[in-house]
Amino acid sequence: MSALNSQTNRSNADLPNGPGAAAILSAAIGCLAVAVLAILADQSPHLKSLLIFYKPTGPLSGVTTVAILVWLANWAVLESRWRKRSVALGRISAVALALLGLSLALTFPPIADLF
Amino acid sequence: MEFTARGLWTLIHGMGFGALYLLAGSGAIVELARRCRGNAEPVIPRSDDLFLAAYLVTMAALAWATVLTGTYILYPWYRAVAPAGTSNLAGFPQLLLKSNPATFAWHSIGMEWKEHVAWLTPIATTMAAAVQIRYGRGLKNHPQLARAVLCFVFVALFSAGVAGFFGAMLDKHAPVEGGSTIQLLQGESR
Repeated sequence: MSALNSQTNRSNADLPNGPGAAAILSAAIGCLAVAVLAILADQSPHLKSLLIFYKPTGPLSGVTTVAILVWLANWAVLESRWRKRSVALGRISAVALALLGLSLALTFPPIADLF
Repeated sequence: MEFTARGLWTLIHGMGFGALYLLAGSGAIVELARRCRGNAEPVIPRSDDLFLAAYLVTMAALAWATVLTGTYILYPWYRAVAPAGTSNLAGFPQLLLKSNPATFAWHSIGMEWKEHVAWLTPIATTMAAAVQIRYGRGLKNHPQLARAVLCFVFVALFSAGVAGFFGAMLDKHAPVEGGSTIQLLQGESR
C-alpha cells in the first residue's frame, strides 16, 4: 500500500503542467462562452429562440448548456494534446485570466448592452 | 409560522447551497495559497491534499446545485408571465420589479447580471477541484499553476458573492412566493 502511495506521489510530482494548463484555459473559454452567448442571444431573436432548450427558463437554458458543452469539448481537446507536455504556462495563464476577466466584464449588463 | 413551497426552494437555493459555498470559499483560498509558495512552504501532509480535493469537490457540487436550482426551479417562477388583466403582480416577481421605476434596475442590472455571472462559479470551481485531484502533492511543484487556480477561485467567489447579493436583494423587493403552504409552528394569538 505504501509502495502504491509513493508511486502515486511520484507520478503526481512528475506530472507536466500541460493538463493543468488545459484545465484553466478551457475553464476560461467556458466562462467567456457564457458571456458571449448571452450577448449574442440578446442581439439576435433567431438565436434567442434557438437557445430555448427548456421553455420555462427561456434562452438562459441554451446559453448555459452550450457554454458547458464548449467548455467540456475544449477541455477534452486540450487535455488530449497537452496531457504529456510541458507548455508555456505563464502565457497560457495570462490568456486564461484575461479571458476570465473579460467574461466577468461582459456579463455585467451595462457593458453587455454596449454591443 | 409558515412558508410557501416556492419560498422553501428559495431558502434551499440561497441559504442552503449558495451560502454554504460562500462560507467554504475562504478555506479553499487559504489552502490553495499554501500551494502557491512552492518549495518555500514546509511539507504539506498528504492528508491535507486529500482533504483539499474533497473540499473543492464539495464546493463544486454546491456551486452546481446552486445554479441548477436557480436556473431550472426558481427562475421560471421569477419570470412567469401574468395572465392578461392581472392587477396584483405579487406572484410575478419580474413583472413586479419592472412595473416600478424605483425597482426596475433590480431586474435589468441585478437579475440580468446574476443569472449569467453565477455560472462562472461552478465552471471555475470544478476546474480547481479537477486540478487538485489530478496534481495532489504535485501542485506544490507548479506554483504558477496553483496561482492561476487561486485566481479562478477568487473570481468564482466574487461571482457567487454578486449572485448572492442580488439574490437577497431581489427576494427582498419581489420575493418568489406561491405554491403549497408549509406550516412549521402554530402560534397562539393573544
